[in-house]
Amino acid sequence: MPVVLARVLTFAIDGVDPRPVRVEVDIRPGLPTFRVVGLADAAVREARERVRAAILNSGFEFPARRITANLAPAHLRKVGPGFDAALAVGLLAASGQCSADALDRWAIFGELSLSGELRGCRGVLAVAEGARRGGLAGLVVARERAGEAALVDGVEVAAVGDLRGIAALLDGGEAPPPPAPPPVPASDAGVADALDLADVRGHELPLHALEIAAAGGHNLLLEGPPGSGKTMLARRLPALLPPLTRAEALEVTRIHSVAGITHPGALAAARPFRAPHHTISPAGLVGGGRPPAPGEASLAHHGVLFLDELSEFSRPSLEALRQPIEDGEIVIVRGQLALRFPSRFALVAATNPCPCGYAGSDRACRCGEHELARHRRRLSGPLLDRIDLLVTVARPTAAALVAPPRASSAAVRERVLAARERQSARFATAPIHTNAQLDARLLRAHVQVGAPARRALTQAYERGGLSVRGHDRVLRVARTIADLAERETVALDDVLQALALRSREDADEAVAA
Amino acid sequence: MSASATLVARACDACLRRSWLIARLAGHIELAWTARRGSSALLALDEAALVDALGGGRRSAIAQEHVRFDPDALRRRCAASAVAASCRCDASYPAPLRELPDAPSVLYARGRPERLAEALERDRVALVGARRASPYGLEQARGLARDLAAAGLAVVSGMALGVDAAAHVGALEGEGLTLAVLACGPELAYPASKRRLHARIVDVGAVVAELPPGTAPRRWCFPARNRIIAALAQVTVVVEAGERSGSLITAGQAADLGREVAAIPGLVSSPLAAGANALIADGARLVRGAHDVLELLPGAPARAPERADPRRAGLDPDLVALLGCVCAGRDTAAALGGDAASVDAILAGLAQLELRGLVRRAAGGRYVPAA
Repeated sequence: MPVVLARVLTFAIDGVDPRPVRVEVDIRPGLPTFRVVGLADAAVREARERVRAAILNSGFEFPARRITANLAPAHLRKVGPGFDAALAVGLLAASGQCSADALDRWAIFGELSLSGELRGCRGVLAVAEGARRGGLAGLVVARERAGEAALVDGVEVAAVGDLRGIAALLDGGEAPPPPAPPPVPASDAGVADALDLADVRGHELPLHALEIAAAGGHNLLLEGPPGSGKTMLARRLPALLPPLTRAEALEVTRIHSVAGITHPGALAAARPFRAPHHTISPAGLVGGGRPPAPGEASLAHHGVLFLDELSEFSRPSLEALRQPIEDGEIVIVRGQLALRFPSRFALVAATNPCPCGYAGSDRACRCGEHELARHRRRLSGPLLDRIDLLVTVARPTAAALVAPPRASSAAVRERVLAARERQSARFATAPIHTNAQLDARLLRAHVQVGAPARRALTQAYERGGLSVRGHDRVLRVARTIADLAERETVALDDVLQALALRSREDADEAVAA
Repeated sequence: MSASATLVARACDACLRRSWLIARLAGHIELAWTARRGSSALLALDEAALVDALGGGRRSAIAQEHVRFDPDALRRRCAASAVAASCRCDASYPAPLRELPDAPSVLYARGRPERLAEALERDRVALVGARRASPYGLEQARGLARDLAAAGLAVVSGMALGVDAAAHVGALEGEGLTLAVLACGPELAYPASKRRLHARIVDVGAVVAELPPGTAPRRWCFPARNRIIAALAQVTVVVEAGERSGSLITAGQAADLGREVAAIPGLVSSPLAAGANALIADGARLVRGAHDVLELLPGAPARAPERADPRRAGLDPDLVALLGCVCAGRDTAAALGGDAASVDAILAGLAQLELRGLVRRAAGGRYVPAA
């Protein structure tokens, strides 16, 4: 009996990137066994049982011989159930139950049910991108996730329902086209089901700060007593940001797909808003685990990461956020491999003004100086250094609750867009896109400050309330306020507003001495 | 160090022995104090009676230790901690303390002895108040202490958290004299979070205490310390005090000694101001600023030339109105935010007031009028 060998192409997900994997199936005489080798994890080894049942239940024959399946390259760790279909097809091809001719043109990705049904797996979009990059003509995926794969241009997607369907396709059948995505309303594309500012009453000051944060890409800290509306305000930031471009939406969808989050209409329509609980681990926040999965910071890529109760997050978690805030990506090193998770997000943090939460509100604060000092310490440090704006949120007055709404999100977004365009024009030659990314050197090169504004800054600096970093932060925010006001030179008013919105780095330092 | 050494030498054996005994009995006094809730007469007892009343089962052992006490050992301990000591028998002992029925036998001082002597020649004002003070209280204490110190007065307080510390900080800002009276040995920074303040007061003023170096504070030590504050100052100003505040004890002791008692009023609705407001209702002098305090002291008007606040010169009418709102208690930017159109103006206005030093930012995004 001749030795028969079949090769099937599929992909493993490494972080959020696809890695080509070849499934080789070798069938030879001997005691009937079925072994899978090639650094496969438990889910892959369990594939043997699913593959056996799926083949038999689809009306094929499971060869009673010595079967060895190898997942190559052997050094790459393979996880998850996405190799089921490729293993089954390899077996069918090696035992002559389907044609092997087309196997070098199609990648096959998906999990099998015991009945032979093809199921969708996480990371289909990444796999489709891998198929395009690998120069493959097409990709076979489950019908339910085919819409996602079809987002990638240049790859033919076969939306197949079961193992028989794959066999039919390989035997020369017609590729079933993916279902058309449900239509997205064109006018609102990019900001679908976002919450609108028109629902907000009162809160003029925080809304003003949100607009500045959106326009300049600044990170924002909301401070206020419980129930004052911090979360409600933060949730409205995504709708103020410019709509997702198609490239951005693809990136978001790819990361979400790997994490198992699906979007109606396959493509992410709105900027993500992630609000992890403060008990989250560092790995949960920035990604990690075994196998490394994207964390909340990556799921918030191109969107908003909201940290409520900032002072309650563990210090390691907050420290871990420094890299993504700084670099816009997270690098996780495991053994010899380094995984990159993109994570460029707008950070909105919220905190109570003191441990009991009522300092500065109508109710009396019950905190002692010790507790306040500890609260301040927990809020200080390197993360706070990356937050340009601090705004106090108070409960709106009764009068404000019945007042007519102020501008809608769309109106604010227009101003934000205009301000962003001014920034793009200004930074055409610089390696940055927004004012928030201005460092000391770029500030000097790109920000013109009027004489009165310069005097106010100097005065604030010399009075001791402003550190060197604080000075730069104020200038960055002032630049954004000027952009919103369509001024090329930063004016006195811009600097004054920025001063009032600066984080309180060392207020009360003297009294606390 | 040499000045300290001479002063240590001046404290006599008998007074040092009594001082040692009080420290030795500190734990016993604590028990008695807890049981009877403040028997203030204790510290006026003579030494034999103290041992007898408090020694309990260890009476005889303590009496023997008392006889064997080595004053030179205590002098060496003082010298090692750079602490000066002056006793009741010595001319350097602060005269105002002699008016106390239970005057400490020895006053220990860390810092610069000549500054203590200088403070005793000047007018002295005590500023006391709540540890959990509001931003308003802290700002008032700080501003009042700064102005009084700048007017040449010595500011006396207890270096506790809150108002006390703010008063010392203010006095240091006014580049004046400040005395801290501690409830423990003078070389110990208590509370520990105020060790930087302790060091600064030691540098430019003096930290004094009734208890010898190395004695940790106990609860009875705080009211005992308060009587020294009350005695040292001619005027005691209560800044913020709840209804059962220790600052009211200080005020009562000051009144008993015939010293002036004054208070800074607070909101009628604020529990933190209840004690201070009650004092005013009972006839304490109402303090609005340094001039009110200076008027309580002889020869004051000469020292307090009335002049317009330079920070307010040429202030825009809008800013005056905004400052008025902040002073009236609409103290967060959010509370000031009337409508969307004015948010920019309010933010810019607050920043301008802050730059001029008229308001200060405190916890919770509050703006406090700077005193």
